[in-house]
Amino acid sequence: MSSVLQNLIDQPYQAGFVTDIESDTAPRGLSEDVIRMISAKKEEPQWLLDFRLEAYRHWLKMAEPAWPNVSYPKIDFQDIIYYSAPKPKKKLSMDEVDPELLRTFEKLGVPMNERAALAGVAVDVIFDSVSVATTYKQKLADVGIIFCSISEAVREHPELVRKYLGSVVPTGDNYYAALNSAVFTDGSFCYIPKGVKCPMELSTYFRINTQDSGQFERTLIVAEEGAWVSYLEGCTAPKFDTNQLHAAVVELVALDDAEIKYSTVQNWYAGDANGVGGIYNFVTKRALCRGARSKVSWTQVETGSAITWKYPSCVLLGDDSVGEFYSVALTNHKQQADTGTKMIHIGRNTKSRIISKGISAGESNNSYRGLVRVGPKAEGARNFSQCDSLLIGERCGAHTFPYIQVQNPHAKVEHEATTSKIGEDQLFYFQSRGIDVEQAVSVIINGFVKDVFTQLPMEFAVEATKLLGLKLEGSVG
Amino acid sequence: MIVKDSRVLLEVKDLRAAIGGREILKGMNLTVRAGEIHAIMGPNGSGKSTFSKVLAGHPTYEVTGGTVTFEGKDLFALPPEERARAGIFLGFQYPVEIPGVANTQFLRLAYNTVQGARGKDELDPLEFDDFVRERMKLLEMDPGFLDRSVNEGFSGGEKKRNEILQMALLEPVLSLLDETDSGLDIDALRIVARGVNTLIHKDNACVLVTHYQRLLNYIRPDYVHVMESGRIIKTGDPSLALELESRGYDWVSEEFRSRAAA
Repeated sequence: MSSVLQNLIDQPYQAGFVTDIESDTAPRGLSEDVIRMISAKKEEPQWLLDFRLEAYRHWLKMAEPAWPNVSYPKIDFQDIIYYSAPKPKKKLSMDEVDPELLRTFEKLGVPMNERAALAGVAVDVIFDSVSVATTYKQKLADVGIIFCSISEAVREHPELVRKYLGSVVPTGDNYYAALNSAVFTDGSFCYIPKGVKCPMELSTYFRINTQDSGQFERTLIVAEEGAWVSYLEGCTAPKFDTNQLHAAVVELVALDDAEIKYSTVQNWYAGDANGVGGIYNFVTKRALCRGARSKVSWTQVETGSAITWKYPSCVLLGDDSVGEFYSVALTNHKQQADTGTKMIHIGRNTKSRIISKGISAGESNNSYRGLVRVGPKAEGARNFSQCDSLLIGERCGAHTFPYIQVQNPHAKVEHEATTSKIGEDQLFYFQSRGIDVEQAVSVIINGFVKDVFTQLPMEFAVEATKLLGLKLEGSVG
Repeated sequence: MIVKDSRVLLEVKDLRAAIGGREILKGMNLTVRAGEIHAIMGPNGSGKSTFSKVLAGHPTYEVTGGTVTFEGKDLFALPPEERARAGIFLGFQYPVEIPGVANTQFLRLAYNTVQGARGKDELDPLEFDDFVRERMKLLEMDPGFLDRSVNEGFSGGEKKRNEILQMALLEPVLSLLDETDSGLDIDALRIVARGVNTLIHKDNACVLVTHYQRLLNYIRPDYVHVMESGRIIKTGDPSLALELESRGYDWVSEEFRSRAAA
């Protein structure tokens, strides 16, 4: 049986190719000079340069976190290229976008103009640190929504960016967040004004291109009172042998009665079957439910990267605010994932819900790490957590590290966890009813993840289902 | 029912099979014709469950010798799922639980896969729902079973009914029912037996693997075989089962040994 499971996993990465576009690249390594160069290249105001330098000075004093349940060779931060941009061109419209770039997206199955038009999705394309095309901006602008690259937001809406940037993830928050704050080159900015329900799903495709270039996106989403937005983030990366560091920061702010739904499908290059290459995905994602009755829902489907280190979190400050975390993390071959969430209950009657589904195959290691903290004033706080692990084969690992800290005697916190294995007997049961092993695995996996996938926007759920099947091909045998 | 000169469905010749290098089946011989019900009895460890699993293709067992033909084809040339599509059905002694997969989804997938392999029409979820509810009546099953995960939290009797429901849906040519009676109370046993009796007809066949004679009060076999040490040591009519019930297995064993010595 293990050889059938094995064959399912051994599927080559289907998005592995390099696009040849002239780059404008910083020298390797990090210093105040490099940060000044990035800031100058981007013609940034002084306050942002100060923000970067403050973060850099924090970073110098910090140590790489050693607590995650992952292992990798030491990263040489002086061997990374911190800035790489396609040659600057005049302001682009859709038909002026580099055709080479468009072909890249086609190969990935993202024909963005058609996709955007057909699906009604506004796509803010990140290609190697600089945003090159933004669509549907006008339609969004009509209702007062700002959706643009963070660089553009710094130029066009500096007061908003200055007000909220770093307000959820401070410059000195953690090692990788500090690094990101010092060197981030681009990302997305989204602002939904008071009372506006965003008329379409907002979607960003990220893609690392230049070999050896670190990628440091910065995303900031602000939902004013009563605003509603659903944001989709999906990514694939080309195949490289050297490891690429990816340290993004995502900040979400929800004011009174606002709701943000943030969905991710992550399929960065995971390295080959022997664990060579692949992305180090060290991401800080955090939401601040600042307003009363605000709600943030994180949904993630993590299938790629050699190493994933990521804890999309909610700080539930406003009374009656709600935080949700729905996660499917799949690891195969030698992938390592240490992922989960933090739910910090500060306001009264705050509620949180955590549904985590980890799937381990091959020789991979998959850890759930989650913190539920209820502060002394969080009267009536409620949490429910469910962490399920599914093992495929004999050589993988699943781990659960739940941390629960309750300082209020009236809080109610529930934690449930299960570990199961796709067993030979389950597969034989399917086979004895005429169903082959690959289909059996797919049915079992889809059943396992369905509580999370029902949270995804429909077209994303369809893609994600295909992705899981693809990633597990050859893993059952 | 024994129909003279009816079609041979299953021909087992000198079958040997091992698990982890230890031989369990040591020369099984059995011929099953269309329309027949065979009961295989024997003490624990005699190899009767192994026999049914080997025929269905369980991966734990290694076939070390002999041949099995099913409707004239070499059974061992087919992977387990193709044996099922060809019409072999194994009713499990301990049906496995499959959390997260709705029973109705599983049943429809199995049904459509087997239908497709036979070149017949598949059913969409609505059509299937009508169809499966009709079949569930035969087994007096609550439609609520459809929405639950496959076998998860089912009682022993519910699991066995779910097995016979699958038999009713897949309409196999040869059903191998492994200790279907174990864990059933008398009412459930009667319902399950009625289901099996309804499903068996002149063009298919059934092999009942059972430890107790009790089941045979409800499903009347044409042949009763006694297994010991991985082979059949005695074959008789239904009266043999009653005799085993009253006298145990030892006398059959002794009779076999003295016959072998002679």
